[in-house]
Amino acid sequence: MHEMSIAMAVVDQVAQAAPEGAGRVESVLLQVGELAGVVPDSLHFCFELACSGTVLEGAELITEPVAARARCGACGTGWAVGMPPELACPGCGDGAATELLTGRELQIRSVRWADRPAYADQEG
Amino acid sequence: MCRVVDLQQAVLARNEDAARELREALAARGTVAVNLLSSPGSGKTALLEAELLLAGRRGTAVAALTADLATENDALRLARSGAPVKQVLTDGLCHLEAATLARHLDGWLPEETRLLFVENVGNLVCPASYDLGESLRVALASVTEGEDKPLKYPTAFGLANLVVVTKADLAEAVDFDEQAFLTHVERVNPGVEVLFTSARTGQGVGLLLDRATAVLEGGAVHRPVMGVPSAGHHHGPPAAPHGPDQGHGHAHEHGHTHTHEHGHGHPHREPALPPAVS
Ligand SMILES: Nc1nc2c(ncn2[C@@H]2O[C@H](COP(=O)(O)OP(=O)(O)O)[C@@H](O)[C@H]2O)c(=O)[nH]1
Ligand SMILES: [Mg+2]
Ligand SMILES: [Zn+2]
Repeated sequence: MHEMSIAMAVVDQVAQAAPEGAGRVESVLLQVGELAGVVPDSLHFCFELACSGTVLEGAELITEPVAARARCGACGTGWAVGMPPELACPGCGDGAATELLTGRELQIRSVRWADRPAYADQEG
Repeated sequence: MCRVVDLQQAVLARNEDAARELREALAARGTVAVNLLSSPGSGKTALLEAELLLAGRRGTAVAALTADLATENDALRLARSGAPVKQVLTDGLCHLEAATLARHLDGWLPEETRLLFVENVGNLVCPASYDLGESLRVALASVTEGEDKPLKYPTAFGLANLVVVTKADLAEAVDFDEQAFLTHVERVNPGVEVLFTSARTGQGVGLLLDRATAVLEGGAVHRPVMGVPSAGHHHGPPAAPHGPDQGHGHAHEHGHTHTHEHGHGHPHREPALPPAVS
């Protein structure tokens, strides 16, 4: 499953974005669109594996689902696309002017970092 | 103590950057890539072999790269056409990524190649998420797979620039409901063209080559509704489009001199300017 590749990409990107003085990662907030082609359950499973041995070891993955919504440029109807997606306009029946507004997100929103202790020997 | 850092990074950004670079590099040398996606056994290799053979007769310089989990059989079959063929073993990885493809093309892809066909790993889930720098993405399904395949795999069919039905010779035997299939495709990808083919009888063989050649000559490509750039992808060069929707509508957006601006595989004959890669 490509959820492993995706989990590894998340881990890489977060690790590279570590701010000055940051310690461990506590959690990662990830937006997952309904039409992103990713299964959140399987992503959680892979994330745990991908984190091991990195600054993300033990980090929590929080996925925020994003519903897919579309709008018809011809008649202005807006609708929830659903799954399987309905991308032809329920108002005028046409699909030629459909615009997908949301639902394809696969996006790291934010990362919660623990601060690194100022003096390592004060730890534990 | 802890702090929350806003990242706003698209997870597939790295692949999309690599795909854009590859598309630009291919465009600069006058090559268009076609990405073929289907379930295992849909008939990608069989159709591709026929198309490559025909390309040879038509004098179109083609090449094919086929990705498989383990065996080299597909490359041996495709090589019968006489076209340059490369097998990529993914070692269990379920999809190709743009950087991997670029690495395999490097030093192999013959200079004169106009059309590069990429047979992706047989899988309709994972490869759908990875832009390979293609200018034409094709989702295939055989008539034996059922009419609801496009609904079961909406990202594969929803992001395709072209849909191909294979093994049409078996349609009657399996009671394939063509109208239902078309309705399902239209639902996830309004306006996309659907071709009917059979590598067995030769029905529709050559249409894929026609469509790919049209892209090479600068023709417009269907732009899937689902092919919108996902949120937060705007970290790269300004306004660079992403995904398999790239390369659409350029012909009427601007003249033929600014191909690099859009980062798509503009199938240009004359060399484009070197891409301004960030
Ligand atoms: N009847 C029929 N069988 C086909 C056709 N195309 C492929 N096949 C058979 O379907 C099987 C899988 O084909 P292949 O090209 O290897 O599929 P791939 O895994 O998508 O590359 C093989 O046994 C082919 O002989 C076709 O047009 N008609
Ligand atoms: Mg094959
Ligand atoms: Zn409408």
